[in-house]
Amino acid sequence: MSLKHVRMLSFLSITFLCLSAVASADQIMINGAGATFPYPIYSKWFAEFHNVDPTVDINYQSIGSGGGIRQLLDKTIDFGASDAPMTDEQLAKANPPILHIPTVLGAVVITYNLPTVKQPLKLTGQNVADMFLGKIENWNDPILVKLNPELAAVKDMPIMITHRSDGSGTTTVFSDYLSKVSPEWKQKVGVGNALKWPVGLGGKGNEGVTGLVKQAPGSIGYTELSYAAANQLPVAEIKNKEGNFVAPSAKAVTAAANNSMKNMPKDFRLSITDSLGKDSYPLSSFTYILVYQTMDAKKGPKFIGFLNWALNDGQKLAEPLTYAPLPKALALQVKQKIKEIKTQ
Amino acid sequence: MAIQQPKKQRDIHKGDRRFYLSLRAVGLLVILIFSAIVIQLARLSAPALHHFGLGFLFESNWDPVNEKFGAASFLFGTLVSSLIALVISVPVSVGVALFLTELAPKRVANFMGFLVEMLAAIPSIVYGLWGVFVLAPILRTMVEPFLKHHLGFLPLFQGAPYGVGMMAAGIILAIMITPTISAICREVFSAVSNAQREAALALGATRWEMIRLSVLRGVRPGILGAVVLGFGRALGETMAVTMVIGNRPDISPSLFAPAQTMASVIANEYAEATSDLHLSALAAIGLSLFAVSLVINSSARLLIWNFERPSRLGSAK
Repeated sequence: MSLKHVRMLSFLSITFLCLSAVASADQIMINGAGATFPYPIYSKWFAEFHNVDPTVDINYQSIGSGGGIRQLLDKTIDFGASDAPMTDEQLAKANPPILHIPTVLGAVVITYNLPTVKQPLKLTGQNVADMFLGKIENWNDPILVKLNPELAAVKDMPIMITHRSDGSGTTTVFSDYLSKVSPEWKQKVGVGNALKWPVGLGGKGNEGVTGLVKQAPGSIGYTELSYAAANQLPVAEIKNKEGNFVAPSAKAVTAAANNSMKNMPKDFRLSITDSLGKDSYPLSSFTYILVYQTMDAKKGPKFIGFLNWALNDGQKLAEPLTYAPLPKALALQVKQKIKEIKTQ
Repeated sequence: MAIQQPKKQRDIHKGDRRFYLSLRAVGLLVILIFSAIVIQLARLSAPALHHFGLGFLFESNWDPVNEKFGAASFLFGTLVSSLIALVISVPVSVGVALFLTELAPKRVANFMGFLVEMLAAIPSIVYGLWGVFVLAPILRTMVEPFLKHHLGFLPLFQGAPYGVGMMAAGIILAIMITPTISAICREVFSAVSNAQREAALALGATRWEMIRLSVLRGVRPGILGAVVLGFGRALGETMAVTMVIGNRPDISPSLFAPAQTMASVIANEYAEATSDLHLSALAAIGLSLFAVSLVINSSARLLIWNFERPSRLGSAK
C-alpha cells in the first residue's frame, strides 16, 4: 500500500467516525443484560420498538440471569433480566431499590425418548421427583404403567435421567416445582439454578439436554417450552394440583398465572409452580426485567415508554414465539408499578 | 542488548535502541498479564479458600444449593480425561510424524501434514457436536457394550454404557491434541541432520533401526516437550469436553461413567452463579487449574533437563 493510499484511508475512516458520532448524538442507547430464556422475545421487542421510537436503541446481552443481576448491582447496565426473582439478600444490596417487572411467562416441559409409546406420557409431580431422585429406575415400574398402559409393553428399559449442567432458570423452575410436590426432594436436593443431582447426566443448554434425550432411548429430561415447541419434542402431560393432566401450552401457562393472582405480592416476586386451577400447567414461571426505581433523566422516560409498549402491543408477539402473555389483570397492575419509576 | 559503543555510532543506532525498548515492553507486558491473572484469581478465590481451607482440593462434594464446595472430583475429571487423551494420542502423533518425515514421499507428506494441522483449526464446538451426535451413539451402541462384554471384569469397563462420559471425553481430547503433538514432533524429527541418518544406513541399519538409533534416540526431550504442550491443551479444553463428558462431579473408576472437569464446571456455572461463595469457589477452581498446569509444565521442564544432561555428555560434540 502506498503512502497516498494510507492517507486516503485514514482520512476516510476519520470522516466516517465523525459522521457516526454526529448520527448517534441524539440517539439514546439503553444497555441491558441477563437471562437467556427470554432472549428471543426481547430481541424481537427491541427491534420492533425501534420502529415505534427510532430514537431509542436497546442493547441486550443474554449472559445469564446471574450475570445480569451482578452487573445491575454493579450499575454497569441500565436494566437486568432474570427468570427467578432476586433474593431478599440480593435486593438488600441494591440502592436505590430494584423493581421486578414481569414481562412474559414461560414453562418447563418434560421431554422423553420412548420409541414405542405413542400417547403423550402422563406423569405426576411425585413421579418426576422419584425418577430424578433415582427411586423409580425402570420404565416398567408399576406406578408408571398404571398411568400409562402403553408402558406395560416396555419390558425392561432403564430410565436415563438428563438435566442441565449449566446454571439455568429452567432448573430453578423445575426444582422449585419438585420441592413443592416432594418433601424428600426439598430436603435432599432443594431449589437452585445449579444442583447436586442425585442421578443422571448433564447436558449444556437446552440443546445439550435435547441432544442426550434424542440419542438414547429410555431417557427423560426437561427443557424450556419454547425450545421444545420449536424442535417438536414429545412432551409429558403433568398432573396439576386439582388432579388434571395438563399438556404444556401458552394458554395453560397463562392460566397458571391467572389462578395465582390472588397471592400476588406487591413486588410480583411469586413462584407460580404447582398453582391452583383446573387448566393450570404446573411448571410455569414469570420472567422479569429488573430496573432501579430511579433512572437516568434521559434514558428513564424512554425505557418506561418501552415497558408500557411491551405490556400492551408487545404481549401480542409472545404467543407466536411460544411464550405465554401475562394475564390482563396482571398487566394492568404492572403498568401501575411502572409509574413508580422516577427519573432524575 | 545495549552494547557499549562509541558515541557517534550510538546516535546512528537510535532506531535499534527504540526497537530494543519496544520489544522489551512487549516482553514485560507478558509478565504483567501473567501476574495480573494470578493476582485477580487469588483475590476472587480468597473467600472460598478461606472458608474451606486446603481441604477444598480434597473434598469431592459440590452442592451449590447448600454452598458446600470441593474441587476433588473436578481435579480427577480433568487429569484423567487428559491422561486418556495422551495415552491415545501420543503413539498416533509420534507415528504420524515419523511417517511424514521418514517414510512418506514429499508430496504425500505435505498434503497429509496439512490435513493433520487442519484438525487444529476446527472449532471445539464442532468437535463437541460431532461427539454428541456421532461419537457418543457409536460408543453407546457398539464400543462400550463390546468392552463390557469382553473386559467387564475390569472396573474400568463397568456400569451402564451411556455413550457420553469419561471415555468419550478422552477420545475427543485425543483427536484435538493430535495436531499439536504431531506438528511439534515433525519439526523435531526433521531437525535431525541427514548425516546422522546416512551414517546409520551406511553401517547397514534397516530403516527401522535407522529411525530408532539416529532419529528417536536423540529427540526424546523434543517429544516430551510436544507431549507437555498437548497435555496443557487437553487440561484447559472446555467446550467440547463439556458436551460429551456427562457433567457429573463423580469419582468413578469406570471409563463409561460421566465425570466433570475443572474448565467445564466454570463454563457451566459461572454465568448463573449468584451467591458470593459459589462465585469464589469457581474462581478457586480456576486458580487450581492454573496451579495444576504450572506444576505439570515445570515438572516436564525438570524431566527434559534431566534427559538432556546425559545425552549432552554422551554426544561427542
